Amino acid sequence: MASITFREVEGSSPKYWMLFGFLGLFVLFGALAWNYMHHHGHVVTGMDNQIVWGLPHVFAVFLIVAASGALNVASIASVFNKPMYKPLAPLSAVLSLALLLGGLLVLVLDLGRSDRLIVAMTNFNFKSMFTWNVFLYSGFFVLVGIYLWTMLDRSVKSWSKAAGTAAFIWRLTLTTGTGSLFGFLVARELYGTAMLAPMFIIMSFAYGLAIYLMVLAAAYAWTGRALGDAVIMRLKTLLVVFVAAVLYFVVVQHMTSLYFTKFHAVEAFILRDGGALTTLFWVGQIVIGCVAPLVILLSSLGRQRSWIMIACALVILGGVAQMYVTIIGAQAYPLDMFPGLTEKSSFFDGEIHAYSPSMPELFLGLGGVAIALLATTFAVKVLRLLPASLDDATVAKLEH
Amino acid sequence: MSDMKPRSDSTPASPERRRFVGAATATAAGLAIAPGVMLYEVAHGRAEDQAASSAVRWGMLVDATKCATGCNDCVSACSTENGWTPVAESKHAKQAPQWIRKLELQDPLTQMETNLPMMCQHCAEPPCVDVCPTGASFKRADGIVLVNRHTCIGCRYCMMACPYKARSLVHEPLNDTQKPDVPRGIGCVEACTFCVQKVDRGDGNTACAEACTAAGHNALVFGDMNDPESEISKRLRELPTKQVRADLNLNLGVRYHGI
Repeated sequence: MASITFREVEGSSPKYWMLFGFLGLFVLFGALAWNYMHHHGHVVTGMDNQIVWGLPHVFAVFLIVAASGALNVASIASVFNKPMYKPLAPLSAVLSLALLLGGLLVLVLDLGRSDRLIVAMTNFNFKSMFTWNVFLYSGFFVLVGIYLWTMLDRSVKSWSKAAGTAAFIWRLTLTTGTGSLFGFLVARELYGTAMLAPMFIIMSFAYGLAIYLMVLAAAYAWTGRALGDAVIMRLKTLLVVFVAAVLYFVVVQHMTSLYFTKFHAVEAFILRDGGALTTLFWVGQIVIGCVAPLVILLSSLGRQRSWIMIACALVILGGVAQMYVTIIGAQAYPLDMFPGLTEKSSFFDGEIHAYSPSMPELFLGLGGVAIALLATTFAVKVLRLLPASLDDATVAKLEH
Repeated sequence: MSDMKPRSDSTPASPERRRFVGAATATAAGLAIAPGVMLYEVAHGRAEDQAASSAVRWGMLVDATKCATGCNDCVSACSTENGWTPVAESKHAKQAPQWIRKLELQDPLTQMETNLPMMCQHCAEPPCVDVCPTGASFKRADGIVLVNRHTCIGCRYCMMACPYKARSLVHEPLNDTQKPDVPRGIGCVEACTFCVQKVDRGDGNTACAEACTAAGHNALVFGDMNDPESEISKRLRELPTKQVRADLNLNLGVRYHGI
C-alpha cells in the first residue's frame, strides 16, 4: 500500500484568521446569550412549562447525533478495513470530537442551573438515561481520543484497529442512548418507542457524513490541496444510502402510528394541522432533508461537486428541521390525560402549545456549531490530520 | 432512641454479644411500641431527626362530583401556603409555575362537564424520579414525591417525563413571597409537595384540602392511605375511584371519583 503524507494546514493566511475570527465571533455571541439567559432565567427564552426543551436542545441533540455520525468515515477505514478511507480517518475522528463538544456545551449551558454542572458529574441516578449519557459522552471523548492517538502516533499504530473498533461500538451505543433519551419517555405519544434508537443511529450516519463532506471539501478548497473525485464520489454514494435509510425509518414510524387510532390526533397534528411544525416536517425534514438531496445525488447533478455540496447542506438543514419536529412537535401536542374529553385550564391543558424561539436561544445553539467548527479549524492547524493530497492518483494507489 | 443506650456502654468483655442483646431488645421493644409511635407521628408530626416512614402512604381523594365550577380556592390556598405567585398576578403568565390547577373537562358527545384539580399525583412509581439524572427528584418513604432544591440542575427531563404536566420550572428570579419552610429557586423544577411542611409539622392536611373543606365543598380528602381507619381510606373503600392514565400503572397517590 502506498504511503500518504499528512500535513498540518499552515493556518497563517489572512483567510484562515478571518475564518477563525468569524467563528470566534459566533462563539462570543453564544457566550453572551448564555450569560443573558443565566442572569435573567429562562423567562427570556421562548420556553415555558409546556415547551420545556426548546431550540438549544434542537441544536444540541443535532450536534451530538451528528458527532457520532462523523466518526463513520474513520470506522469504515479501520473496522471494515477499507484502505481508501484510511487517509480520511483522522479528520473524521477530530470532527466527531468537535461536534460532540459543541453539542454538549449547548446542552449544559441551557440547564436551568448551568452553574451546578458539577452536581451532574457527582450525583448519579442509574435509572436515568441522562446519567447513562453522561458516561457515554465521557467515554466517547476518551475512546475517540485514544483512537486518534493511534492514528497520529506511529509507535502505537498497531492498536488502531482495536481502538477504532471500540470507538465504533461505543458510538453506536452513544446514539442509542441519545435516541433513548426520548424513547424512554412514557408520557408523550410521539416518544416511548424503541424505534427512536435505531432511527437516531441512521440519522447520525447521514448528518455526520454530510457535515464531514462539507468540512473536507472546504478544507481542501481553502488550502489549495488536491481532492479528487474518487473520494467525493465514494462518500456521495454512501450519503445516498444513509439519506434513503432515514426516509425509510421516518415513513415506517409514521405509518405505524397512523394505523393506531389513539395516535390519529397527534399524527394529524404533525402531518396536517400543525402549521409551522407541519411545514417544517414536509418541507424541511422530508423535501429539503431527504427528497431533494436524493434527487440531486442520484441524478446527473450528483456528478458535479457544487451540487453534492448543496445536497450535503440540504441534508444538514433537513436534519435540524427533523430535530425541531421531533423535540418541539412532541411537546407542542398536549398531553392526553383524559382520552375522549376536551380539557381546559390556566396551564394550557388541551391546547396546542405555541413556541417561538428567542434570539438568545438561537445564538446559544449557533455558538455550539461555531465551537465545533472552531475546534476543527484549530485542530487541522496543529495536528497532521489532512493528507497533503487526495487526488485520484494518490487514492487509486491505496487500493492496490 | 431506646436502641442507642445498650450500644453506648459497650466497654465490657463481650461487646459483640452485648450489642446483639441490646439490638434484639431494642427491636422487640420497637415492634411492641411501633403502632403507638405511628399514631403519635401522624397526630403530632415528625421529629426533625426522624426519617419519614413507609408505614404511611400519604394520598388524596378528589371527589370531582363535589368540585365546584369556577371555584379556585384550592389553587389560591396552595399559592398562599407555598408562596408561589398566582398566575393572574404574574408578569409572565405563560412561564409562571402552577403547582395545582383547575381542569375543566367536557365530553364532546354528551356535553357532560367535570371539574377537578390537577397536580402532582405522587406516583408510587414516578417517571420523574426515574429520569432525573442527579437523583434530585425523589420519593419519600411516605410516598411524597419531592425535588431536592440543592441537586436539581434544571435539566427539565422530569417535566418531559411527567404524564400529568405537574411540574414547573422557576423561570425568573423569585420575589419576596417565598416562605421560610418552602424553599424555591430560579432554574429549579418544582411541584406540589402535598404541603410536606404541614405534614411534617403534624397538621395532617394540605392547604388545598383545608380550603376546599372551608368552602363547604369537601371535594378533597387528604390522609394516610395505609391506615385503614383514616377518613381517606374509609372513603376510598366506599367510592369508586380512578387513577388518571391508569394505563401507565404508576400507582398514584391521588385518586379521583366522578371521572
